[in-house]
Amino acid sequence: MSRASLAVACGAVLRRDLTLAWRRRGDIAMPVLYALIVATLFPFALGPEDALLQRIAGGIVLVTVLLAMLLALDAMFRSDIEDGSLEQLVLAPQPLALMLGMKILAHWLTTALPLIVIAPMLAGMLHLPVPVMGVLMLALLLATPMLGLLGAVLVALTAGTRRSGMLLALMLLPLCVPVVIFAAGAVAAAQQGLPWIAPIAWLGAALALALVLAPLACAAALRIALDA
Amino acid sequence: MSKWIPLWLHKLGSPPIFYRFAGTLRPWFLALALVAGAIGLYGGLVLAPADYQQGDAYRIIFIHVPSAWMGLFIYGVMGVASFIALVWRIKLAEAVAMESAPIGAAFTFITLVTGSLWGKPMWGTWWTWDARLTSELVLLFLYLGVIGLYHAFEDRRQGARAAAFLAIIGIINVPIVHFSVNWWNTLHQGSTVRILGPSKISASMLWPLLTMMVATKLYYVASLFGRVRTDLLELEGGKDWVRRIATGQSTGERT
Amino acid sequence: MTYDHAIPLLRARGLSFLRADEPVFGPLDFALHAGELALVEGDNGSGKTTLLRLLAGLLHVGEGELDWRGQPWNRDACAGEMLFLGHQLGLKMDMSPRENLHIAAGLHGTREGRSAASVLTEVGLAGYEDDPVRRLSAGQKKRAALARLLLLPAVLWLLDEPYANLDRAGIALVNRLLEMHVAAGGAALVTSHGAVSFHGGEPKRIRMHA
Repeated sequence: MSRASLAVACGAVLRRDLTLAWRRRGDIAMPVLYALIVATLFPFALGPEDALLQRIAGGIVLVTVLLAMLLALDAMFRSDIEDGSLEQLVLAPQPLALMLGMKILAHWLTTALPLIVIAPMLAGMLHLPVPVMGVLMLALLLATPMLGLLGAVLVALTAGTRRSGMLLALMLLPLCVPVVIFAAGAVAAAQQGLPWIAPIAWLGAALALALVLAPLACAAALRIALDA
Repeated sequence: MSKWIPLWLHKLGSPPIFYRFAGTLRPWFLALALVAGAIGLYGGLVLAPADYQQGDAYRIIFIHVPSAWMGLFIYGVMGVASFIALVWRIKLAEAVAMESAPIGAAFTFITLVTGSLWGKPMWGTWWTWDARLTSELVLLFLYLGVIGLYHAFEDRRQGARAAAFLAIIGIINVPIVHFSVNWWNTLHQGSTVRILGPSKISASMLWPLLTMMVATKLYYVASLFGRVRTDLLELEGGKDWVRRIATGQSTGERT
Repeated sequence: MTYDHAIPLLRARGLSFLRADEPVFGPLDFALHAGELALVEGDNGSGKTTLLRLLAGLLHVGEGELDWRGQPWNRDACAGEMLFLGHQLGLKMDMSPRENLHIAAGLHGTREGRSAASVLTEVGLAGYEDDPVRRLSAGQKKRAALARLLLLPAVLWLLDEPYANLDRAGIALVNRLLEMHVAAGGAALVTSHGAVSFHGGEPKRIRMHA
């Protein structure tokens, strides 16, 4: 009998979710298309005046990416709940927090990463000054995992309910506000020529904390939702 | 349970005993709340002098400030009750936590409305994005999230545990939001209005304010007792003590 | 083959589960030793599935006591020694049976001398190992789920309606698996609607009463 090592188990879960996402790769395009549509609506709504667009570009890209992530958040656990795989994961002789962490990682790779890849294009369409792009990318790289980690805890809490997207959004909003403030604040500071390292550092510190605590909270939330 | 908890507190956790206890105390709290409220409002609206800066418009703080304080205080109570409910699975703690949420949400809503009403004559605008008001708005969303999650479950006790978990996550979030909104205001200059009025508050304004603080607290307790009693009746529906009360009512017994 | 009968794997004393303060099943007392097979009997709605999920650790104990190997039940103590097969099969529809088994093996480890390929042949899925599970029939899906029992190491099997969706050959397969498992020193708790016959002797019966 060979016992499953932790690394092998982590790899198994990660590979599984990535494979499943690849098998339904059409779904990966949805958040990207959504972000594209929303971002292009803003110039139509506000007018193509360069100065205005430049000022709001950073904020729009950030909020659009976060909204697109929110749309895709529900899918993190849904199929696993429906076919009973999540139960089996809970029952496996592996630390649940770590297994859920792998699922969150896979979700970020398949949802947020494509959004981050097209972000420069969105920002360019909205005339974000090129020197600021770097800060925007950095802010997105820190903010999107935060959202995935926090969102995972909330999605786990609603695991047993007749979920409505509205409830998830309502619960997530208060948690998002600091993330949006610091991420967009960094971009705005960079745009004004002010030092932007402080909000980025705050984001980084928060992310480090969330990386440790969120999977644990997610496991606890899942157990509460499954009534264990 | 640990030995350091006195017996009477332990007993109070039992639903039928709490039901009777809360039932006898509730009318007193309600009466005291009304009296204190009347005195406080009279003192604030009639007796206290007009502020030399803001005129009579400032008087809304006698409702706004106690409401803001209650919004935060009740969230604290909800957080503690949630923690107890999650760790020890005590039914009463679940009821206290879940029934406090609507009361807290109502106070927070009153805070926002009165804050907005105050802002109009003072700063010419119905809404500003200063740290306090924005934090209050986020607090309202936190309350609504807890209430929404509680009602999304079919099993009440499971719903209470899930909402309790959310409440605890929220508690950590409130100071973070306050801090980040403060920072955000310093970044985007121009919105640093201080809604919380007079920095030096004279005695004639202070005592009505404190009286209103006491009145709102008494009201919260009275309202909570009433709600928790109803909740306990529903939760324990099949038990003997509830049946006795239901049939006792036909003999004219006051509950 | 010797196995220790002295300490039961599972012992329940006055066990019950509450939902909205109503007991889903009444106080139960039973003990399950290694090498024993138990059949959970009861009408529809008597809480058989709830009992199994509780024993698996998916639900918390309402009242009463549950012991694992003589100690109060603890999730970590029995984690690697128990397999649960519920109404939902726990198979990813977009993956093949072979891929599903590889994931399960990654999480649980494997029995000595077993591989995904050999196990799939044993359950009668030869030739279907690489088809996505969603394309298999209900009976084949069940067999793919049963393959997990052969591949993964466990002392206790908790099987909820293992015979559902299976033809005669499938039912015989389940009986064969159970006999092999019990003979090798394992234990199993099984719920079933229909009549069940084992070649390995009379199973213990646990009667649900709500």
